[in-house]
Amino acid sequence: MIVMGVESSCDETSVALVKDGKTVLSNAVLSQIDIHREYGGVVPEIASREHVKGISLVFDQAVKRAGIAFSDIDLIAVTAGPGLIGSLLIGVAAAKVIAMNFDIPIIGIHHIAGHIYANNIEHDLEFPCLALVVSGGHTQLIVMKGHYDFQIIGETADDAVGEAYDKIARVLGLPYPGGPLVDKKAALGKDLYKLPRPLIDSGDFQFSFSGLKSHVINLHHNMVQRQEPFAVEDICASFQEAVTDVLVKKTKEAAHRYAVKQVIVAGGVAANKGLRAKMTREITDVPVYFPGMAYCTDNAAMIAVAGYFKFQKTGKADDYAINGDSRLELK
Amino acid sequence: MKWLTKVHDLSEMDQLAKSLSGYLKPGFVLGLGGDLGSGKTTFTQFLAKHMGIRETVNSPTFTLLKIYRNGLPLYHMDVYRLESIGYDYELDDFIYGNGVAVIEWYPYIGQMLPQEMLTLNIRAIDEKAREITMEGSGAYARIVEDLADRYSH
Repeated sequence: MIVMGVESSCDETSVALVKDGKTVLSNAVLSQIDIHREYGGVVPEIASREHVKGISLVFDQAVKRAGIAFSDIDLIAVTAGPGLIGSLLIGVAAAKVIAMNFDIPIIGIHHIAGHIYANNIEHDLEFPCLALVVSGGHTQLIVMKGHYDFQIIGETADDAVGEAYDKIARVLGLPYPGGPLVDKKAALGKDLYKLPRPLIDSGDFQFSFSGLKSHVINLHHNMVQRQEPFAVEDICASFQEAVTDVLVKKTKEAAHRYAVKQVIVAGGVAANKGLRAKMTREITDVPVYFPGMAYCTDNAAMIAVAGYFKFQKTGKADDYAINGDSRLELK
Repeated sequence: MKWLTKVHDLSEMDQLAKSLSGYLKPGFVLGLGGDLGSGKTTFTQFLAKHMGIRETVNSPTFTLLKIYRNGLPLYHMDVYRLESIGYDYELDDFIYGNGVAVIEWYPYIGQMLPQEMLTLNIRAIDEKAREITMEGSGAYARIVEDLADRYSH
């Protein structure tokens, strides 16, 4: 079964073709990152305009690279949410046009389900499975007892991990997107500052990163005010240690509590090298998998994989009334 | 009308949110200002609690808007990312909607805000204490006056 994935929820326009929820035939991604960099973040209206400009090209690239015809496609899976509404609507509208024109069934996919299923490209999901979802908009621990069955057991009470990274980067004067730069600088610094590990001993799977973020901002502010010498690298290293300590400890506890067969990490922050190293080092009794680097950031291959499994499970597609929903919930 | 007050810790901020929650009604617009980490989302969480919202109210930075509907709807916006563009067409329905609009980083979308609204600017004094400047125009001036009066006794 060949599934076409379409993703446009934020600042990447992507179309992919994936066979049987596993083999990526093509994954065309057009990133807008250079355009948004000068604004210090994704600007919703600009993102929408860029999606409009790029989407036809990305459809063509994906189909050409896969070496197939539109008539070979069995299902179209499109990100229906959550995300920026203007951006979502463009992917959904384009996917509907292809679906109607070639008479292909269409199915709406939750963006986070896509990030989780990015892992299936390299390692088959085995259940029960624990997913740590870490991105600019999400921080969640999700238990899956089977395909397309999501139980959220914990989430952030305030800031998402990726958001805390980006905000700290901004305060430290690092350019957008700051998260990956904080990771890079952390590798060069020392864990010098005693930072709090919020909720680390709470015994549940809730997270909170706002207090830690404020703590780092205060620390930086005070050192600047007092004209104390400091290295940005050391602040990054201390912050990263604190964040990864909490993420890893809670993931480990959840893996035991739910007796899972594997742990997977999903979302943009899954690309964080500090997190990857600590997860692998600390969680040794069950396998820990990360998506390949190309599938950590937003891409349509992961949406196609999720689409395949959702269709297998429910046995039905959506109708053409499907639309984007910026606040879609994971079900 | 402008009122300057100080909260010494989280429980005092919670108390202020509780006092303010008594004035909320459909169409209420509250702008929250202050640096990163000053407590804008925390204040919103307290306000949500006093509106009877039990769900987790977390940061809406990524999607700009989160909606909570049980009773009086809460439209929680964070327009941090609109600094250099100044508006977003999707937010209009919620700023001029039938719920309570709470807008973090409101000065970034000054051009699309109503003439009459309440603003709360938070400044960190130290780790715990915050200086809060509350300002209201039009009908909102009365609320500020009222609160200032209650707090002075």
